[in-house]
Parts: sequence; C-alpha cells; structure tokens
Amino acid sequence: MVAFFPKLKETLAKTRESFVSKVTQLVRRHDKIDEDFYEELEEILLQADVGVAATSRLIDAVRADVKKKKIGNPEDVRLLLRERMEELLGENAPLQFATAPPTVILVVGVNGVGKTTTIGKLAYRLRQEGRRVLLAAADTFRAAAIEQLEVWRERAGADIVKHQPGSDSAAVVYDALQAARKRGVDVVIIDTAGRLHTKTNLMEELRKIKRVVSREIPGAPHEVLLVVDAATGQNALRQAELFGEATDVTGIVLTKLDGTAKGGVVLAIREERGIPVKLIGTGERPEDLKVFDGKEFVAALFAEEGEE
Amino acid sequence: MLFQGLAEKLQETFKKLRGKGKLTENDLKAALREVRLALLEADVNLAVVKNFIGRVWERSLGAEVLESLTPAQQIIKIVKEELTALMGDTRSGINFSATGPTTILLVGLQGGGKTTTAGKLALYYKKQGKRPLLVGADVYRPAAIKQLEVLAGQIDVPFFSLGADASPVEIARRAVEHAQRQSQDLILVDTAGRLHIDEELMAELRSMKEAVEPQEVILVVDAMTGQDAVNVARAFQEELGLTGVILTKLDGDTRGGAALSVKSVTGCPIKFVGTGEKLDTLQPFYPDRMAARILGMGDVLSLIERA
Ligand SMILES: Nc1nc2c(ncn2[C@@H]2O[C@H](COP(=O)(O)OP(=O)(O)OP(=O)(O)O)[C@@H](O)[C@H]2O)c(=O)[nH]1
Ligand SMILES: Nc1nc2c(ncn2[C@@H]2O[C@H](COP(=O)(O)OP(=O)(O)OP(=O)(O)O)[C@@H](O)[C@H]2O)c(=O)[nH]1
Ligand SMILES: [Mg+2]
Ligand SMILES: [Mg+2]
Repeated sequence: MVAFFPKLKETLAKTRESFVSKVTQLVRRHDKIDEDFYEELEEILLQADVGVAATSRLIDAVRADVKKKKIGNPEDVRLLLRERMEELLGENAPLQFATAPPTVILVVGVNGVGKTTTIGKLAYRLRQEGRRVLLAAADTFRAAAIEQLEVWRERAGADIVKHQPGSDSAAVVYDALQAARKRGVDVVIIDTAGRLHTKTNLMEELRKIKRVVSREIPGAPHEVLLVVDAATGQNALRQAELFGEATDVTGIVLTKLDGTAKGGVVLAIREERGIPVKLIGTGERPEDLKVFDGKEFVAALFAEEGEE
Repeated sequence: MLFQGLAEKLQETFKKLRGKGKLTENDLKAALREVRLALLEADVNLAVVKNFIGRVWERSLGAEVLESLTPAQQIIKIVKEELTALMGDTRSGINFSATGPTTILLVGLQGGGKTTTAGKLALYYKKQGKRPLLVGADVYRPAAIKQLEVLAGQIDVPFFSLGADASPVEIARRAVEHAQRQSQDLILVDTAGRLHIDEELMAELRSMKEAVEPQEVILVVDAMTGQDAVNVARAFQEELGLTGVILTKLDGDTRGGAALSVKSVTGCPIKFVGTGEKLDTLQPFYPDRMAARILGMGDVLSLIERA
C-alpha cells in the first residue's frame, strides 16, 4: 500500500504520457471551452475505453460544472474532469476478511484475464503478512491449470487442495473448505476455470460452487473477485453484469495495467454496476499486485512530470 | 452472436433513415453520428471509426445518393462496402512452404489464446492430412510447456520442447531440425505472452524469427480487446512483421470491434477465428460474410431489396 503510488506512476507512465499529453495539448490548443473542445475531450475518454455512456455522462457533468461555476479557461476543465472521475470511482474498498477465519475468496472471470496469476500474487502477499493461505484448484478443466497453480503455491508458500483434471470443481471446493477448517487456515482462495459469461451451463457451475461455500462456511464467500483484463473494451460491462448476477461480485481486479491499455472500462463498470475495483495487477511477478486507490489511479493518469 | 449489438444498432439507424424517404445532409449527419456511436460501443478503434465515417460521408454526400429515389438503400450499400474493405476482401489461409516444412510462430499479449490456438491449428491441419509438430517455447509462464503437451496428447500430435531452462530461440531452432528428421511438415511454435512495449521480449521474438525463418508470424488477439488493440497490433507489426491475425474468444457476446480495427491497422488478413475452448473450434474467416452479418445479413440485405 505504501509503495503503491510511485510504482503505479511508473507503471502507468505510458498511459500517462499519452493521456496527459493529449489532455495538455487539448487545453493548450483551445483558448475557449466550445463544442470542439468537448468533442476532443470526449475522444480522449473514448480512447481510454471509458465507453460511450459513461463518457457522455462525465462530459455532461463537466459541462454543468463549467456553466454553474462560470469557468472560461480550458485549463480548469482538467481539474474538473479529474474530480468527476475520482468521484465516480468512489471510496476505496479494501478486501473484506471474516471476523473468524477462514476467509473465503472466490475468483471468477472470462478466459485468460489473469485469475490464476492474481491468486498466486494475492497468496504471496497474504503470506508476507503472515496469514495461512490455502488454494483450491477448482479449475479442473483447462490443460495444466492445476500445475500452474501448483507453481504459484510454491512461490507463495501456501497450501493447496486439488483433484484430478476433469473432476467436479464443487467437490474440490468442498474438500478445500474442510481442509481449511481442520488445518486452521486463515484465507482460502478458489481458482475457477475461465468461462465466458454467456455460457449458462458454466455460469450455473459457478453458482453451485458459491452455494457449497455459503453452506459450508456461514457468511462466506467474503469476497467474490471478478478479474478483468485492462485491455478489455466495453464487453467488460457485460462480464460485470452476468458474473454479478451469478455470483454477486464484490470487487474487480484490474490486471495487465503494465501494458498500454488504460483500463478506463472500470469507470463504466463502477458507474453502471457500482462494483468497486479492489486490486490491480501490474506484471507477472509475485509482487506485482497492488491495492487499488481511486484517487491515485486518477492522479497517476493526470500527473505532470515531476509532480508527486 | 458476434457483432449482434452492432448489427442491431446499425439496422435501427437504417430503418429510421429509410422511413424518411428523401434525405437531407442533416439526416445523413444524424445517421452517421449513430453509426459512429454504434461502432465505438462495439470497441472499434476511434481513429478507425473516424476514417470510416469520413469515407461514408464523402461517398454519400453527392447528389447521386441523397437525391436518388432510394437514398437510404444507397447509403447502406456504401456502409457495407466500406465495412467489407475494413476487414479485408477475401479469405486468406496459411501460406505453406513449397519446398520444406512450414513454420508458424504464434505471438501476442498474455492470455490471448496462443497456446490453445496452436493446438487448434494442429488439429485443423492434421485433419487435412498435414503432419504437425507442436513446439512449446514459452519458458516463462508457469506450466505453459505442460499445457501445450497436454493439448498435443489430446489430439495425438507430436510435441517438442527442451523445458523451461532452455532458451526459446534454441527450442525453436532445434524443433525445426527435429521436425525435419521426423518428417513433420507443419511446425507450430507457441511463444510466451508478452507486452508489445517489452523491448527485451520483443527482441527475443525477433531472434526466434531470424533463427527459424517462419512462413507465418501470426498475432493472436482476444476479440474482447478494446481501443488498445490497434496499439498492440501496430507494435507487433512494426517490431516483428506479421503475416496474419487470429481472433479468439468469438464464442461470447463481444461486439468484436477489434476485428474491424486490427486489419486496417496492420494490413494483415484475419486468417481464422477461435470460437471455443475446445480444440475443434477454429474457423476460417470470411470478411465479406462477416460484413453482411454485422449489417444483419438477411435483414439489411432484404431491406436493401425492399427499399
Ligand atoms: N503483464 C501482465 N501479465 C499478466 C498479469 N496478470 C496475469 N498475466 C499473464 O496473463 C496470462 C494469463 O494469466 P492466467 O493467470 O493464466 O489467467 P487465467 O484467468 O487464470 O486464465 P484461464 O484460467 O485460462 O481462464 C499469463 O501469461 C499471466 O502471466 C499482469 O498484471 N500483467
Ligand atoms: N471461450 C474461448 N476461450 C478460449 C478461446 N481461445 C482460448 N481460450 C481460453 O483462453 C484462455 C487463455 O488461453 P491460452 O491459450 O492459455 O492463452 P495464451 O495466449 O497462450 O496465454 P499466455 O501463454 O499466458 O500468454 C484459456 O482458458 C483458453 O481455454 C476461444 O476461442 N474461446
Ligand atoms: Mg486460470
Ligand atoms: Mg500460452
């Protein structure tokens, strides 16, 4: 958490360069706030994957502010936009832990977004904090998914419960929860197979897993994390909607922010579905997981060279 | 269905347009504004959208269109032509070497579907009588080599790797020798996912390319990718030189804007699309059919006929 900001700034350098230079160029090129100006601002947001609806609502809010506060200088719009984006992202939402262990974290998402890697990184972090962590290898479908989780288990120093490939994922979860109780584990993290939100039979399987968790551990799962690849476009909205319906998603993990994708779709998700971003992935090493902070996220997007 | 949302939006727009009969420049402007939004919501890259709208606008403005008896119909036709052009006009398959084995390098961002697609291509061409060899050259991702080995086993195709301690360049080079000895004629090299801005790993891909001189360097792109798809595609193209693109995860409800963007940025044809996790879900890509589908195929085409 402490080291989050400098690293994130570094990570977002590319993003910031393009975003900042675009916004900066925009405010320099215009000496008044007219339709052209708004149109270009809209384009900047669209290119960050914020999406048509959330973008137009952000712009409308800025327009209203400009009118109300009688703002004439394009430079001031930068600040307004930043405020509106922070407001949209809302309060930071830390991970929830059970009052009495074990805490159960269910991790879901479409194929290849970074679920297993995020779990490895999260387990590593929780282990650093001295908690006992158990991983449930409930992706019994994808080739070598269990072996992949095994490698991460070793890196993190966690326990694992696994079955044969192709076996029933809910049964793995059941066994993992039993083992967790017996061994006095603090946190159980469940890795699930990637699935497209449109596949109803696979979404039903997730519901089943969740039912097993709730039945075995009252109050669990304490977190259902939807992993979203930062490069995803507007489809992430549908992912949030349908995974939300099936499993009551409590938070988003935004991965691959070390690329050039801006992850702007989380603004749209927050606006339309109200789900907060909790963690961000910034690489493939164990330490590349950060707690999400909305203000820092927006600040990093807007920061000028040398600004802290 | 892929592009369904886009198709619905465009059809709605054109229905309105058609209902108007005679069209003014303002009607056209309003309609194109809707087309623009529909494309953006489908994750088509903004620059691509602007170009596209610009071309349709210019071609539609003339008196021949607006003052014709069926202006809406003409405009829909123009949109369809431009959409088709955006995706490449004709089907384009794998270029096989005339003399020796054919080597295909699969590259792309993390998690796009390279390893799975390698398995799919192996099965696809095995069924056509080729003798594929699957090569595990991802030494970075945990259990990546194992993943490909499992897939090779599922479809009963030979597998080659030197393990995670070898260099990817060495693996690729040795794989080609191995294939020649075993008379395998299609070498599918799975590489590690990497960011297009990772200079070191992009250099490694260049070395691999130099070492094995592949017939095809194919970028595997997740169809759910948003605006960044063009930056990624452009970087891979510039750094490496691509011969084609394969889009994956088209079995969901993605509006597939990446399909429209990537081709126009790289100039490389989309050769196949992946529509599932199983290895028999690889389909050849037909740009013209796809354009018709985006426009609601039957619906809009019949609209044109009825108009
Ligand atoms: N650059 C980068 N790569 C990441 C990040 N998170 C995950 N990855 C990579 O993305 C790829 C897919 O990650 P996985 O953890 O296997 O994704 P998954 O969601 O479990 O995939 P499935 O189980 O197949 O659905 C791997 O190559 C990871 O190393 C990140 O934050 N940054
Ligand atoms: N639904 C669906 N899933 C797919 C498709 N292609 C690949 N996948 C899934 O996407 C996830 C990632 O696929 P991989 O083949 O591991 O991707 P990769 O590009 O090799 O990933 P890295 O090696 O980590 O960079 C897996 O869960 C695959 O099963 C597809 O066409 N449709
Ligand atoms: Mg996984
Ligand atoms: Mg792979």
